[in-house]
Amino acid sequence: MEYVIEMLNIRKEFPGIVANDNITLQVKKGEIHALLGENGAGKSTLMNVLFGLYQPEKGEIRVKGKPVNITNPNIANDLGIGMVHQHFMLVDPFTVTENIILGQETTSKGMIDIKKAENDVRAISEKYGLAVDPSAKIADISVGMQQRVEILKTLYRGAEILIFDEPTAVLTPQEIGELIQIMKTLIKEGKSIILITHKLKEIMEVCDRCTVIRKGKGIGTVTVSETNPNELASLMVGREVTFTTEKTEATPKHNVFEIENLHVKDSRGLGAVNGLNLTVRSGEIVGIAGVDGNGQSELIEAITGLRKIDSGSVKLNGKEITKLSPRKITESGIGHIPQDRHKHGLVLDFPIGENMVLQTYYQEPNSKMGVLNFKNIYKKAKSLIEEFDVRTPSEFTLARALSGGNQQKAIIGREVDRNPDLLIAAQPTRGLDVGAIEFIHKRLIEQRDNGKGVLLVSFELDEIMNVSDRIAVIYEGKIVAIVDPKETTEQELGLLMAGSKRKEAGEVNNV
Amino acid sequence: MSNRLRNLSIPIIAVLLGVVVGTIIMLISGYDAIAAYSALWSGAFGEVYYTGEVVRQVTPYILAGLAVAFAFRTGLFNIGVEGQLIVGWLAAVWVGVAFDLPRFIHLPLAVLAAAVAGGLWAFLPGLLKARFRVHEVIVTIMMNYVALHLTNYIIRRYLPSPSGDRTEKIHATASLRSPFFEELTDFSRLHWGIFIAIIAAIFMWFLLEKTTRGFELRSVGFNQHASQYSGMNVNKNIVLSMVISGVFAGLAGAMEGLGTFGYAAVKGGFTGVGFDGIAVALLGGNAAFGVILAAILFGALKVGSLNMPLESGVPNELVDIIIALIVFFVAASYMIRIVMDRFSKKGVK
Ligand SMILES: Nc1ncnc2c1ncn2[C@@H]1O[C@H](COP(=O)(O)OP(=O)(O)OP(=O)(O)O)[C@@H](O)[C@H]1O
Ligand SMILES: [Mg+2]
Repeated sequence: MEYVIEMLNIRKEFPGIVANDNITLQVKKGEIHALLGENGAGKSTLMNVLFGLYQPEKGEIRVKGKPVNITNPNIANDLGIGMVHQHFMLVDPFTVTENIILGQETTSKGMIDIKKAENDVRAISEKYGLAVDPSAKIADISVGMQQRVEILKTLYRGAEILIFDEPTAVLTPQEIGELIQIMKTLIKEGKSIILITHKLKEIMEVCDRCTVIRKGKGIGTVTVSETNPNELASLMVGREVTFTTEKTEATPKHNVFEIENLHVKDSRGLGAVNGLNLTVRSGEIVGIAGVDGNGQSELIEAITGLRKIDSGSVKLNGKEITKLSPRKITESGIGHIPQDRHKHGLVLDFPIGENMVLQTYYQEPNSKMGVLNFKNIYKKAKSLIEEFDVRTPSEFTLARALSGGNQQKAIIGREVDRNPDLLIAAQPTRGLDVGAIEFIHKRLIEQRDNGKGVLLVSFELDEIMNVSDRIAVIYEGKIVAIVDPKETTEQELGLLMAGSKRKEAGEVNNV
Repeated sequence: MSNRLRNLSIPIIAVLLGVVVGTIIMLISGYDAIAAYSALWSGAFGEVYYTGEVVRQVTPYILAGLAVAFAFRTGLFNIGVEGQLIVGWLAAVWVGVAFDLPRFIHLPLAVLAAAVAGGLWAFLPGLLKARFRVHEVIVTIMMNYVALHLTNYIIRRYLPSPSGDRTEKIHATASLRSPFFEELTDFSRLHWGIFIAIIAAIFMWFLLEKTTRGFELRSVGFNQHASQYSGMNVNKNIVLSMVISGVFAGLAGAMEGLGTFGYAAVKGGFTGVGFDGIAVALLGGNAAFGVILAAILFGALKVGSLNMPLESGVPNELVDIIIALIVFFVAASYMIRIVMDRFSKKGVK
């Protein structure tokens, strides 16, 4: 069978690092081809080369057998290559249609023919089962929908080959199911797909073949039906990876963190957290399970001081922290791995080393009499980078230049290192490779074993089940059930998350 | 090519391109470009008097450039440098006229008054931005006009001199003028202010790059959400950044009031120094040292151009065109970057 895309012996360097070292990737027509590799292995870089955003130092690219020179994304478009980026590129105040036609406007008599464009968009959307409303504003639609707009954009431009860079990292489990359906439809319609994902389950489910890269080098291509997740993981990491998290029984002691009857409004002024009660004890990990949009974000923002609390009380070690500023809350012993690493977690234009002291820059020994001690800051950063295996050319590299997963590892290192009494981890392993996930889970458990409290929020039931000692199910801004992970099933959790009451639910408030 | 070298070469290329296109325009309009440039050069550096005048002009340019650059580095766009400069100017002159004090108190007090006035004038847009997210560009533009007309009114109503539309001369004890410099430069208006400007540049560099406060200011400039998350007081930093920027602008006004002129006059329009500060900051890459270099260039062009009509018959407005072209090419640095990328690629192969 012919290859639609061939990338032969590609080499791409960045200052201080070889991101792609002699990588070969061949994609057959009509297949879903997975690209697998650790954080910072060079996947996004390779795809950016294919899409014309980066110029390779060496190597050849062939499209349908013909050697091509893709010097910018327009050429990629013309060749039928479309890309859905890890971070979306949409104009918020514009409508779906306006975003899609941006740069490709169909005009009649010098005016944009928006009606025609809308109809075209609707037609494509229906053909591939995307169910996108062409006249909705981007700012008003969910992340999952925004992703579909990105897909539509590539299809509108006539893409035959679609690149998806970690599309499922930002989606809820339900949205992931829908996306997989969409990808299958695309293949049926004759498209080819390159899919980057860290989730081996997804690769096993939809992909035909899988190319593995490790530290910038191509390891090989395997046929998915002839392999298994364990083999894929060890190919990618270069060692055996365990999937179940090993941990001893928790020995919780006193209450570290207590939330009582908490009420918080969302950005539109509607109640998001409605009388929530929750307790975290020292030496335990409490997992919050719930469908996205049931008040998780607002809850975290409220307890970390980023969002106004309407009423209720939040106590850390018995002391009221309800009305404190984020700084005071941090100082009193709360660590927070934020859900959105680009928005809250990092100053992307600061070196990664300076991001490592984002909450402690003003304290000794980082700062003395108002003057920063950069030597100390960078020494500290360097040791954290090593400890948490953040792959970066140096501690002076801008955070922006790190791969998504390595940015995440840097944030986790920073928060864990401060050794807070309560560590709030919101989607801590989003976008991480299996090896890194294993490592992070170990560190969370270590915090627990050192007598700290951990509050874990995740949409991944696997993660919640594996790591937590207690699971609190959140529904419509309330904790509706507390369950023991050893005594529950994914099915039961799923039902609780959907709001069906459970017999013991009445007891919850006494926990 | 290293990033540093590249960042440095862009303004240089922009300047060269500005000169080249300026030359083409002169040739098309039938002027002798070589004569024009040599007149420009000798008008700036041909005699010590001219050089003294260049340094005098550079002084407010540095401070105005620092004002814009400082705000920009902390995520704000201060278009109000002009207005802050005007109020700083008047405040300095008022102290210079109204008090009788020994020099070592009077001069610092007058300079301080300018700094405070400029800072206060910038405080309001900073506060509106922090409190109500009103965009600082709109507020500062409006406040430029308020500054212009308010200071004119104050001069006419409260501080007029018998000679008409200007204040009295400031007392000698508040003056930045330096007989020593004047003698050295054949009686140009060169004054002590250049040292204040250079100290201000060092101050800005130190504050932004070395101090804890600077870390916060830059952080808030880049990402307010992450800054809030990390416990910084975002609103306080926005106001502070605007005020510090205004202090630089006010000092620029002091240079004119206490140094160059020694009085404040009713103005028919803006001085332009504040707006040129935007170009200076842009060309200087918003860095303290870059601002000094850019200010020297702009000061030399401004002063040197006065000699062009006399010596070569080329109208000095042409220099304004060249300055505009330089600004254009800096703003279009993206274009220069692409071309440079092409070249460095070719070079490797
Ligand atoms: N613009 C850039 N400048 C400098 N270095 C970069 C740049 N982009 C990527 N890198 C480096 O190249 C390497 C590969 O990065 P890339 O983003 O391709 O990784 P990835 O495989 O997509 O990882 P992840 O799974 O974490 O997204 C990393 O070490 C990264 O730091
Ligand atoms: Mg990536």
